[in-house]
Amino acid sequence: MMTISRQEFMLRARLDQATLTAWIAEEWLVPHSAAAEPEFTEVDVARAELIRDLKEDLDVNDAGIGVILSLVDQVHGLRRTLAELLRDMRERPGELRTRPRDALE
Amino acid sequence: MKDPYEALGVERSASLDDIRKSYRRLAKKLHPDLNPGNKKAEEQFKEVAAAYDLLSDADKRARFDRGEIDASGAERPRQRYYKDFASEATGHPYADASGFEDFAQTDDVLSELLRRHEHARANMPGPDRHYQLAIDFLDAVNGSTIRLGLPDGGALEVKIPAGIEDGQVLRLRHKGGPGLGKGKPGDALVEVSITPHRFFTRHGDDIHVELPITLTEAVLGGQVPVPTPSGPVMMRVPKHSNTGSVLRLKGKGVRRHGGAHGDELVQLKVMLPPAPDAELDSFVSGWVGGKSYDPRRDMQP
Repeated sequence: MMTISRQEFMLRARLDQATLTAWIAEEWLVPHSAAAEPEFTEVDVARAELIRDLKEDLDVNDAGIGVILSLVDQVHGLRRTLAELLRDMRERPGELRTRPRDALE
Repeated sequence: MKDPYEALGVERSASLDDIRKSYRRLAKKLHPDLNPGNKKAEEQFKEVAAAYDLLSDADKRARFDRGEIDASGAERPRQRYYKDFASEATGHPYADASGFEDFAQTDDVLSELLRRHEHARANMPGPDRHYQLAIDFLDAVNGSTIRLGLPDGGALEVKIPAGIEDGQVLRLRHKGGPGLGKGKPGDALVEVSITPHRFFTRHGDDIHVELPITLTEAVLGGQVPVPTPSGPVMMRVPKHSNTGSVLRLKGKGVRRHGGAHGDELVQLKVMLPPAPDAELDSFVSGWVGGKSYDPRRDMQP
């Protein structure tokens, strides 16, 4: 995925440096930090938008944001796993497809 | 577009504070990132957000109330939501699939599928494929492009760099087995074996060749054609050249890294005429000098 520099990220996510530092310290944002400067991606921009929505529109306090992000990420993990599981079962002929169903009957 | 007051569920006389409260209440319920996969919630949220944008701006709200503008076109411009990225494969640091761990341990069907999808999820690169390719001596020295037929009916174009050595392995990036998920294909590894040449042999960057010359050329010297990997060249054989003498043709060997070439070393081999020659016989029998040297002197025990 294309990386975004810190400056561009701050511009696009409408964050000042202090806020960015705080959000990274809270681990709400985890930029790629192998290089000297942290590198961001589109995921980070969208996540920053979500954090902003939570704080400003939904009036969630800071303690709540971390909890929500963690749960949202878990939901996505589960949704993705379920989606892949279903796809896997659909692609697999015969036994594996029917076995979970048999188990239910 | 729905009436914004209706979308937010407030009276037309509602205060800004009421509007904000109502928006917050609905957004908590409908925000797309809190309802991944729920299209209905997303659509409804769009309406609510547009309505809030309109009604939370006193000027816009007044113009709407006067009928100067309608609610359309007020849709909030928004980049993609977090869910659009988070639902994709795991190429981001926030992915968390730990939520299945407990029952994957107790259900073998599920754990088997999870294990397999764990693999796919990793977007594993494809396996490397190994091939063997026999090439001609001259193709190895001069470089070449060879089509390698594959068992599956396809073909690989193999670029042989000049000066490749026997047993060397060429790595063709991403020409191997297909990857899983977004994984790139593996590499094709082509091991090159070089078939020997009829008269050239290779020693490092030098080419060795044994060159038969006539008795006359050996005794009197002369220009003789010599084969080299890049084609024949004329070479001067000095007077009194013997079998075993080695002449060096500069730069006619194998290309080195960096563009320079090795040499061709030409070892002379004096050949008598293939058929008996009466004139030669009579000359040699009357030739006194022919009996006065011992070429086997060094072989005395």
